[in-house]
Amino acid sequence: MDHARKRRRGTALTLAAALAAGMGLAACGSDDSAGGSRTLTWYINPDVGNADATKGGQATLAKECADASGGKYRINVQLLPNSASDQRIQLLRRLAAGDTSMDLMSIDPVFVAEFAEAGYLAPVPASLEPQFREDRVQSAIEASTWNGKLVAVPFWSNTQLLWYRKSAAQQAGLDMTKPVTWDQLIAAADKSKTDIGVQASLYEGYTVWINALVAGAGGKILQNPGAAGEDTRLGLDSAAGREAARIISTIAKKGLGGPSIGSNEETQSLDLFQGKKANFLVNWPYTYGALTGDKKDVAATVYPRTVADKASAPPYGGIQIGVGAKSKNPGLAYEAAACITNRQHQADYMAKAGNPASRKASYTDAEVLKAFPNGIAQTIRGSLDVASPRPQSQYYGDISTGLQQKFSPPGAVSQQTPATAQRFIIDVLKGEALL
Amino acid sequence: MSTVATSDDAHGASAAGAQPSPKKNGLSDRAKGERSLGWKLAGPAFVIMLLVTLYPICYAIYLSLFKYRLTDPDNRKFAGVQNYVTALGDPLFWEAFTTTAVIVVVTLIIELILGMAIAMLMNKIVLPRRTLRTIVLIPYAIITVVSAFSWLFAASVDTGFFNHWLHFFSFGQFPLDYDWFGGRWSSLTIICLSEIWKTTPFMSLLLLAGLAQVDTSLEEAAKVDGATWWQRFRRVVLPNMKAALMVAVLFRSLDAIRIYDNPQVMTGGANKTMTLSMLVSNETINRVEIGMGSALAVILFVIVLIVAFIFVRGFKVDLTGGGK
Repeated sequence: MDHARKRRRGTALTLAAALAAGMGLAACGSDDSAGGSRTLTWYINPDVGNADATKGGQATLAKECADASGGKYRINVQLLPNSASDQRIQLLRRLAAGDTSMDLMSIDPVFVAEFAEAGYLAPVPASLEPQFREDRVQSAIEASTWNGKLVAVPFWSNTQLLWYRKSAAQQAGLDMTKPVTWDQLIAAADKSKTDIGVQASLYEGYTVWINALVAGAGGKILQNPGAAGEDTRLGLDSAAGREAARIISTIAKKGLGGPSIGSNEETQSLDLFQGKKANFLVNWPYTYGALTGDKKDVAATVYPRTVADKASAPPYGGIQIGVGAKSKNPGLAYEAAACITNRQHQADYMAKAGNPASRKASYTDAEVLKAFPNGIAQTIRGSLDVASPRPQSQYYGDISTGLQQKFSPPGAVSQQTPATAQRFIIDVLKGEALL
Repeated sequence: MSTVATSDDAHGASAAGAQPSPKKNGLSDRAKGERSLGWKLAGPAFVIMLLVTLYPICYAIYLSLFKYRLTDPDNRKFAGVQNYVTALGDPLFWEAFTTTAVIVVVTLIIELILGMAIAMLMNKIVLPRRTLRTIVLIPYAIITVVSAFSWLFAASVDTGFFNHWLHFFSFGQFPLDYDWFGGRWSSLTIICLSEIWKTTPFMSLLLLAGLAQVDTSLEEAAKVDGATWWQRFRRVVLPNMKAALMVAVLFRSLDAIRIYDNPQVMTGGANKTMTLSMLVSNETINRVEIGMGSALAVILFVIVLIVAFIFVRGFKVDLTGGGK
């Protein structure tokens, strides 16, 4: 009797366990791509409309392309976090776990190398490659290329400009039709007791600044892109590196970056400029759209020079579209990417979302010229031609974080900082130091 | 008959003494049954707990012996204890260790004093007791990340009100543009304040439970004997609530050692404010260096174990309750 009850209890337990496991498996195995029209998932970085398809952002492009596909595919938009580093982490974790929903991804150009090297990106179909290269600014193609191969689709291209108030420049006696140097800006701000909007918080934007300063002095942070971690050679410990350190340190020590320069990201530096505490600001083109009130006095020019006799190296940014290697529909995803980045959509996106196109033709589009008046569109186009990308490396994250850490806080930057940072990053890449 | 019975009984008893097996096990059939039922009831939960805790711990220890980067799986190499050697010899590790230790010690001491004060107040007040306890608990109910953002905004130069208040109350002595997050110690001050604000209620609630255990007649007796308030507090109240006190301190220190949210939100680790948990997450999640990250996680785990061991053995904390 007792044994019989025990056995029954055992059977019931086994059944319950099997049922629970079965339910779990069923949940994992659900596939919503079944049916006539396939659903592609597009992981987008936040922009003007985020997931709202009525605002002209990536969600709008997704909807328009899905409609244009004649029912071939639908695009489900998933929003990534705000900061570039957090976007990378989310994409990376999904890619590493072999998530099959990674059909389309909006990737910051600096992470393309890492994803491509790890084999996370599906190869670009040869038939579509000419279309993806067509009419693109050179910096956008470079940022989508790894080891000589196009691995992602150039979507939009960003570059930082020097934003200024015409009245303040005039007062400081600066001729803004000619390139200005950081030293001139420092002198002007020092004299008028105002600030310069820069980004020097411990985040990706600080790397953007450091890289632009080093490249502007003719230096290169990474000497041999694509090398293995222990063979990486850096060019920070150089005259260019020290020149960059000098400018950062001067701005910080003179208090010209605002009271909290070490916590300044794009938003805080924009606030300084908006509140007229700063009359000069280095920032991305969204600045013009983000400024409120009377903008008659606001103008933009090419990024300031690090040294007087060398053209500046404006930062390059933007977004490339990648297709996950484990995607169930890579062909369809690339087809969608071609639609998203076609001529019309590039101009629409630039005009409505304020993010500059990678296609040159967009810069003559009437809507774009309306959104970026006073020659700003042409300034962006010119800046993109000379823009310098951040180090292209599969270890970019380590290089960038190492730089930020050793250059923080900006007030403590000295002539030794570049050498210290270089040693530290090399140790980290060799696995001999923590980051 | 009765004699026989007696001798039988005596015999039975001595036989039982000679064959002590059931007694030595100390378990009657009923106790055995209960134990087996206990295992059956708790067993599945125990197995699941082993699966979700023991397995990841063992896996982390295994992974910590490799040089392994998630984006470069082909180059996974066995490294032995190299990751531990690198980690323990690295200045950044000790910097994070110091930061964490400072936060633990400072917050613990202040929370203990404040928590005790609030607990004693709550213990004495009779009338709006429930309301008071609810009010005190409000900060603890707020999600740490949310509270971290509130403190970040309150102390930042542009949106914050701290500087304005300090400026006002110091009659203009305190600079309006003071950057709290511009240096290590000023950042840690705000991080500690936020921690204290948020977890003191938890502390006071645990301590209140301890205070409730103290027999009021003992206090009254001491009062009659002419003991001062301080003497009563030190000699009567504290010893009688030692168990609750130590449990509160143990829980809070183990919690504080793992601090992540507050410094992550406020400084992101800038100005040497990175804690051990942030270091672990940085290595594992940002750098996807699974081997090194696991080694650091194991080190953090060992630190937690050591602290728990010191408390349980050194201060004789009885986690099962009851003991004083």
